[in-house]
Parts: sequence; C-alpha cells; structure tokens
Amino acid sequence: MPINYYIFLSVALFCIGVAGVLTRRNAIIIFMCIELMLNSVNLLLVAFSKMHWHAMAATNPGAGANAQLFVFFIMIVAAAEVSVGLAIIVMMYRNTHSIDVNFLNRLKH
Amino acid sequence: MVNLVWLIPVLPLAGFLLTGLFRNYLSKGLTGVIGCGTVLAAFVLSVLIFGEVRQPDFMPVIVNLFDFISVGTLHIAFSFQVDQLSVLFLLIITGVGFLIHLYSTSYMHEEAAPHFARYFSYLNLFVFSMLLLVLGSNFVILFIGWEGVGLCSYLLIGYWFKNMDYDAAAIKAFVMNRIGDLGFLIAIFMMISKFGSVDFETVFGAAAGGAHGGASVGYLTAITMLLFVGATGKSAQIPLYTWLPDAMAGPTPVSALIHAATMVTAGIYMIARSHVLYDLTPVTQHVVAVIGLATALLAASIALKQNDIKKVLAYSTVSQLGYMFLGLGVGAYAGAVFHVMTHAFFKALLFLGAGSVIHAMGGEQDMRKMGGLAARLPVTRWTMWVGCVAIAGIPPFSGFFSKDEILSAAYAVSPVYYVVGVFTALLTAFYMFRLYAETFMGGFRGTHEQEHHLHESPAAMTAPLIILALLAIVGGFVGIPDAIKPDAHLLGKFLEPVVGASPKGEGGGIEWVLMGVSVAVALIGAFWAAARFSRRPELGEATGFGKVLANKWYVDEFYNAVIVRPLDLLAQFLVFFDKNIVDGIVNGVGSLVRYGSRQLRLLQSGQVGGYVLLMVLGILVLFLVELFHPGGTSSAPAIVPSLGGKLPH
Repeated sequence: MPINYYIFLSVALFCIGVAGVLTRRNAIIIFMCIELMLNSVNLLLVAFSKMHWHAMAATNPGAGANAQLFVFFIMIVAAAEVSVGLAIIVMMYRNTHSIDVNFLNRLKH
Repeated sequence: MVNLVWLIPVLPLAGFLLTGLFRNYLSKGLTGVIGCGTVLAAFVLSVLIFGEVRQPDFMPVIVNLFDFISVGTLHIAFSFQVDQLSVLFLLIITGVGFLIHLYSTSYMHEEAAPHFARYFSYLNLFVFSMLLLVLGSNFVILFIGWEGVGLCSYLLIGYWFKNMDYDAAAIKAFVMNRIGDLGFLIAIFMMISKFGSVDFETVFGAAAGGAHGGASVGYLTAITMLLFVGATGKSAQIPLYTWLPDAMAGPTPVSALIHAATMVTAGIYMIARSHVLYDLTPVTQHVVAVIGLATALLAASIALKQNDIKKVLAYSTVSQLGYMFLGLGVGAYAGAVFHVMTHAFFKALLFLGAGSVIHAMGGEQDMRKMGGLAARLPVTRWTMWVGCVAIAGIPPFSGFFSKDEILSAAYAVSPVYYVVGVFTALLTAFYMFRLYAETFMGGFRGTHEQEHHLHESPAAMTAPLIILALLAIVGGFVGIPDAIKPDAHLLGKFLEPVVGASPKGEGGGIEWVLMGVSVAVALIGAFWAAARFSRRPELGEATGFGKVLANKWYVDEFYNAVIVRPLDLLAQFLVFFDKNIVDGIVNGVGSLVRYGSRQLRLLQSGQVGGYVLLMVLGILVLFLVELFHPGGTSSAPAIVPSLGGKLPH
C-alpha cells in the first residue's frame, strides 16, 4: 500500500486528537484524545519502519526495527502519564465534585 | 588710583546687597545712609580718577579683572577701560545719582521700611549696572550693564507693584528695551564673526585699518545699524519710544535718574564710543540724524498738549535725546556728549522740581489743577525757572552751549536739519514755559485741602535742586564754541582723544547768525508761552489738531492694532494648540496604552484550554514558517511528494 495512505490516516487521527483536547470539557475525554494523538504517532512510526525494512536489512542484518522499538517507549510513557493524570483527576473530583475543565480556572487568580 | 576703578561699581553693588538682603531689619535712616553713602563714595573715587585722567599726557588704561569668557579663539575679559569718555560719564552718573539718592530719602519717606530699603537696593543696583556699562572695555561688558539698567528700569517703574497699570508700564518698558537689545546682540555676533573679538580696541582698530579688517562697508553698515536699533530701544527714539512716557508711573526720582540723566543716555554713550565705526558708514549716520531729528520734532509736538507735568517732561526727554542723536548723526560726538551732560543737569533738576511740586500738592500731577505756586514754593520755583531757561537754550545757561554746538554742526551737514532743529527748539521753549506758567504763575486752581497742604519741601529735597540749578547755570562754560572765544572748548579738547575732533564750525559770521537765530527763537517761544499761559491756562480738553497731539498722534493705538493684537491672537492660537493638540497626543498615547492593556488582560482567563489552543496555534505558525522559509537546505513542499516509495507487503 502506498505510504501516503498511512500518512493521511495518521495525520487525520492526530488532528482529531488535537481538536478533542481543545474543545472537550470532560477531563477524561481529553485524556482519551491525548492517547489518540500518541497512538497516531505510533502508527506512523511503524509504517515508516516497515517501508524502509528491506532497504536497511540489505546492508546490515538485524537493523530496521529502530522505529518499532521506539514505539514501545512511547507506549510506556503514555501509560505512566495516564496513571498520574487519572490520579490528578480523582483529586480534582474530590475537591470540586466536578471534572469540567472550564470550571477549573483557578490559574486566573 | 586708576587701578582702584573696580571699586567704583562694587560700592553700589555692595549697597544693593546690603539694603536688599537686610531690608526687613534695617531702619529707614540706616538704609538711606547706606544707599546714599555708597554712591557718594563712588563719586569721590570718580573725582580722584578724573584728576588723574585730566593730566595732559594721560593714556587710556585698561584694568583687567578676570577672564570672563574663553572659548576657542574668542577671549572676552572682564575689564574696565578708563579714559576721558568713561570718566566723564562716571562723574555724571555718580554725581547726579548721589543727589537723586539724597532727594529720594525725603521723597520716599512715607514708604514702609522694607519697601524703602527695596527702593534703595534697586537704585543702587541701577547705579552699579550703569557704571558697568560705561566702564566696560568691550561690547559684552557694556551689554551686561545695558541689560542691568533695563532690568532696574522695570523694577523701579513697577515699584508700586500693587497697581496693575504701573506693572503694565514696567513690562512695556522692558519689552521695548528687549526688542532693541536683539539688534544689539546681532551686531555683537556679527562683530565676533568678522573680527573675532568684541574688545573696543580690537574692533575699532580692525575697522579703521586697511580693508576694514576684512569687513566690507556694507557689513559695517549692518553692524552700526543694528547697534543703533539697540540704541533706539534704550534711548527712546522712533519707533521704540512709547515706553518712556508710560514709565512716568514710577516714583519721580526714578524718572529723574533713569529716564532723564542716565539710562536713556546709554545709547548715546555707546554710539559715541563706537564713533570709529560710525565715521566709516555715512549711510547709518544719515539714518541716525534723521531719526533723531524726527523724534525730537514728534516728541516736542506731543509735549505741547500734555497736562500731566511728568508727561511733559517725559516727552521733553525724548525730544532732547533726539537732539543728541542728531548730534551723533552729523559727527558732533563731543557735542552730543556735552548735551548729555547739560541735559543730565537740567532734566534731573526739572524732574526733581516736579517731584517737589507733586509732593507739595499732595500727589497731584495735573497742571490744570496747579497755578500760582510761586509764592508758596520759592526754592522750587526758582530752581525750576533755571531748568526751563536752560532747556530752552537761552544763554548763558548751559543748554544754549550744547544745543548750539549740535545745531551748528547740523547746519554744516544740511541747512534743513538746522531749520527743523530750530523749529523744535521753538517748540521746546514754548512747552517748557507753558509748564512753568501753568504751574507757578497765575492763580491757584486746586482744592482747599491742597492749598492748606502747600509747603516748601525739606532740605534733603531742596539742596539737590539748588546744586543742580547751579550746575545748569555754569555747566555750559566748559564748552564755549570757537566763534565766541577760540580754543576755549574745554570739553571738546578733553574728549578729543576718545571721540575725535569736533567738526569745525562754519566760521565767524555764519556762526553768530546761527546762534542769534536760535536764541531769538527760544526767547520768543518762552515769552509767548509765559504770557499766554499765565493769563489763560489751558483747562479744557483739546480739540482738532490739538486732540491729535494730546493723544500722542495715536501711535500707541497704532502699535496695539498692528503689533499687539496679532501677537495676542497668535498666542491664543498657540495656547489652543498646546492644550488640545500637543496635550491631546500625549494623553492619547497614555489612554491608548491603557486600552491595549485592558484588552490584553482578557487573555489571562485562567482557562487551561485557552492556553493550550494558543500553544497549538503557535506551533502551527512555526511549522508553516519553517515549511516555506526553512533555516537549512532545500524548500519543503518538495519533501512530501519525494516519499513516493511503496511499502512492501
């Protein structure tokens, strides 16, 4: 399949994620959109890795999997970030009984 | 002794400081002693220095005090020049000045002590400035004194500052002086530019030398004309003379000292001092003579119809100053200075006498309410009679000799000058004896209380009158013309090293005719006026042509309409401009900043979502910029299509 399809899909997913972060009010939905952005990047990395696999393996056997390994790093970071973020959301709810981000404008003061 | 000349101005300066700074603590008696004492001491010193200068082999001395301005190649020293001209003026200033100070102690005795001291501090400051003016050895020191006397004139005219009219008169005097000073300053700048110095010796030497030191005759004409503009302002000639009659708002001794004997003669001193330049520029000389003559005639005509005794004397001063400028314009520099001296005597006498009359009348200055004062004020009456005879130019009193010298020199240049001058002399005699007749002769026309109050003035006032009268009688004998007695013109010979030789008269016969005509004219004017006005004094308002004269030829109204009103409108426009436009812009910037900051503050909403949006937008902009104007190598739109590779399955 032409690489363009993968690029377009990844970009579309990323943009949907950005739009979601900017416009949604529910904090958990915002987290889901952040995950969406990260995973779109993962998709793109894997696609490019596959594209260049045979070209790179010809010169150096065992090479070409760099990007796929990087994807694992991204997933780990995403998992850690989600755990911390959800903890914050729980504390938020405990204090204000709401997870509406528009309600939380304490930075203004 | 000559080296002590610096002491002469310093003494009145000390008097100024003492009476000025301690005016709240000094008694009137002590103030009078300090004020008069400093000027008397200066007079004594002047006499001693005069004794030295009189020696036949005296050379002008320059006493250097300190370096005043030293910039690049321009060096202006604060130094005094002692020569015949300056020592003559020293004697006049300190001598007549002392008499007027003495007179003032009695005339101003009704003032409260601090104001009395203020008066004397101003007077002493004036004497100091005038002495600086005549002693300076370069134009800059002269100018310092020039400005100083202008300032003191303002201070003293506006001495009774609570009266707004007097304040206006003081401002008028100062502003008109200033206009003249502009001309003077430009002349100084031109001198520095061409001759590189303002010292009298350097400038006159360069101008007199070959090629006039690099200046063309046109350039010198410009300098001398501008100096003359300064003189018209200071010495009240056309067109800057209207301040002097208004200056009568000041106390009468001030009018005597400043506006008769000394300050107004500063212009004549300056031109006499610069005679070298004027001799080289006949155009300016003609201008000086014509303006002097015109002023003399104009002022004499106005004096004919004035009813305030001081105003008559004021216009008389303007007229006599015109004579002095006529003398300068025809080259009779010694004659003009001679007239300065005699005029100082009889005009100060006349003003002080008028002050005595006003004092006796309890403040009344309108001659129509006087009359018949001869019996009650004998000393004043006789001294003023002497003054009137002297100013009319009737021999053997002093005015005859000085006026005749100017007139015969004028005849030598142009008979027209002589004829106009003689006509003005007729007018002079006429209005002076009109003054005398309306004041002292006839019946008393004042009120009963005034009549009770009439008394001769105290000794402090009559003594100066007597001394000045004696001087007015004998003062002319230092300038006997050659036609009467050859080689007897002591003053001319005394001043010759400084102002050059006096022009030779026409010679025997014509001179006698000229003298005879002017004397006859003066006698006719005097007797006619005395006879007419002692019997029928002018009591009503003037009519017809007389009204034009009484209203001073409407010159003040003309100046108001042509100069003052437009300037006023300009000032109003500028006020509007400054308040609304300039301030508007400045305030506008301020309110713009406040509006902008108010709008920017809305960014800080506290909404994290908004912040993230701005972040994303910023990154987008950066990417776009990088895409189309990359920092590195090739341009971007080519990158994406180049990845046209296919993915293997």
